[in-house]
Amino acid sequence: MKLLVTFSRKGCKLPLIAHTVMKTGVLINVERAYIESMEGEVLIDVPDKDAALVSDTMKEAGARVKIMEDSVIRDESECVDCGACISVCPQDVLSFDDDWRLNIDGKKCILCGKCVIACPHNALSLLQ
Amino acid sequence: MEKSLDLINTRIRDGNALVVTADRMPDIVEELGIKGALEEVDVVTTGTFGAMCSSGAFMNFGHSDPPIRMERVWINDVEAYAGIAAVDAYIGATQESETQGIKYGGAHVMEDLVSGNSVHLRAQSKGTDCYPRKTIEIDLLAEDLNQAVMVNPRNAYQRYMAAINTTERPLYTYMGTLLPNSGNVSYSGAGMLSPIPNDPEFRTIGSGVPIFLCGAEGMIVGEGTQASPGSGFGTLMTTGNLKDMSKDFLRAATFTGYGSTLYVGLGVPIPVLDEDIVRRTAVRDEDIMTGIADYGVQGRDRPVIREVSYAELKSGMIDIGGEEVKTSSLSSFRKAKEVAGELKLSIENGQMELALPTRRINPTVIARPMRDSVHTPRVREIMNANVVTIYEDEEIGTAAKRLLRGETNHLPVLSREGKLVGIVTTFDVSKAVATTDKAKIVLDIMTKKVVSTSPGEAVDIAARKLEQHNISALPVVDAQGKLAGMLSAIDLGKLFEKRWKA
Repeated sequence: MKLLVTFSRKGCKLPLIAHTVMKTGVLINVERAYIESMEGEVLIDVPDKDAALVSDTMKEAGARVKIMEDSVIRDESECVDCGACISVCPQDVLSFDDDWRLNIDGKKCILCGKCVIACPHNALSLLQ
Repeated sequence: MEKSLDLINTRIRDGNALVVTADRMPDIVEELGIKGALEEVDVVTTGTFGAMCSSGAFMNFGHSDPPIRMERVWINDVEAYAGIAAVDAYIGATQESETQGIKYGGAHVMEDLVSGNSVHLRAQSKGTDCYPRKTIEIDLLAEDLNQAVMVNPRNAYQRYMAAINTTERPLYTYMGTLLPNSGNVSYSGAGMLSPIPNDPEFRTIGSGVPIFLCGAEGMIVGEGTQASPGSGFGTLMTTGNLKDMSKDFLRAATFTGYGSTLYVGLGVPIPVLDEDIVRRTAVRDEDIMTGIADYGVQGRDRPVIREVSYAELKSGMIDIGGEEVKTSSLSSFRKAKEVAGELKLSIENGQMELALPTRRINPTVIARPMRDSVHTPRVREIMNANVVTIYEDEEIGTAAKRLLRGETNHLPVLSREGKLVGIVTTFDVSKAVATTDKAKIVLDIMTKKVVSTSPGEAVDIAARKLEQHNISALPVVDAQGKLAGMLSAIDLGKLFEKRWKA
């Protein structure tokens, strides 16, 4: 399961990821990270069963945690199921079903935005 | 046995023609045999839905009072070609908005008109005795136009080259986003459902044949521009009434870094007249081959990495040099099926009767490249072949002296084997001196990722590299990996010298 963790440098003095790993024993996979001078945003991947524990531990340490599910939003009225987005995705989020309709598995998304740029029909956007 | 077109049309009128979509034909032929399929099936409908840049529409706006002879016309800030009669203009799909750029183009104007949205017409003229008015601005709907006739010079490509990118930077092309290092393959076309692969000899596809075009009944004008059926790349010129079209089968699109284009839904019905036609329409994706071209090579003749069938492309994954690479399409196979299905319905309902070509398209024609009368300057003609170089293990001080003596800002760095391994600039040397770190030899301070050119590369491509990478010189490396010279921004000036002398 993917969790989007946001923290401010003021509110959270701990080395957040290390702290959480040590305390919970859950192995955390960091998939993206933006660290600004005052705040940061990290996208992590953890086993589904441990998500609640990791989330609680991080919240205690002063971070905000959001479960990422429907990260890619499709505008049905614009999408024509061409599939231009499929091969640019590094995570296999996008695929065709048996009927050549576009299938989106938002749980795998790491918010890289490549599909948004590749879509010729301006039909895809990322969850804000 | 043969079947006449009259018989097929009679069956259509009587409502008992058997119409099937082209993707069903292989199975039908397998089940019933060629003869059986000929007896049973009357019409095969084809379909495709993809980006077709060579599309547009003629429009007649009607005369204003006082009248104007429109010399330049803009619709929603997209310029339309007005070099025809007074209030006629042609809007092309790829023309970009002067205010919004590639986000909105001629294709979007057409989609807006088809969707019932009003568009803003702006026109100017110098004024004549018969057409005194000089400017006009007005909002119009499709229904306000006398005519809006789609005329697409080049549609329904028989097949497309698939695209790959072997370079280290992403490319944004008319084949979509191409990831670096052969990260993906992009393809287009509906394969076995596409019109021309079902009749590559153009026995039933030709001038005057009724078709499905963007939701309306259209017609084939004839051979499309750049048609090259002799090499497997046939095209069709098509026409239809824009006012009857539907947004379901006409969509504007924008390819990032490239421009705007129009997604066109197009289907051709093929009357099943004889066994040859049965055989042709039973074509499978496995039978339709194309090449995967390297778009990393910025020339006309891109190297083909490998041959591939549409079946492999559609599988979503193909093998490139031992590695699995993801494929994806730009055209929609689901919509292509929908096009073939709609066309089937309208024939079954007796709304469309078939016709044979009034003039046959020559299936042997091959499109030629532009006649090579203009000399395209190559890098070797203007590069500097006397290059001051340095070895990677020499001292930074030596590099500084050589930069001074060579009166240059760039020193190509060679390994002791003579291979180009990096580049050192006056900036790199100054930085090394200014920051007192441990850098001693050239290897420590050189740029290792060098953008280079080759002696045979067109100067235009090399100049684009300088601009894209924001650099002022390129090492010229020959096929053996040896340094042949340097091309600097200053050398580009030589082109103009030559031009003035000539």
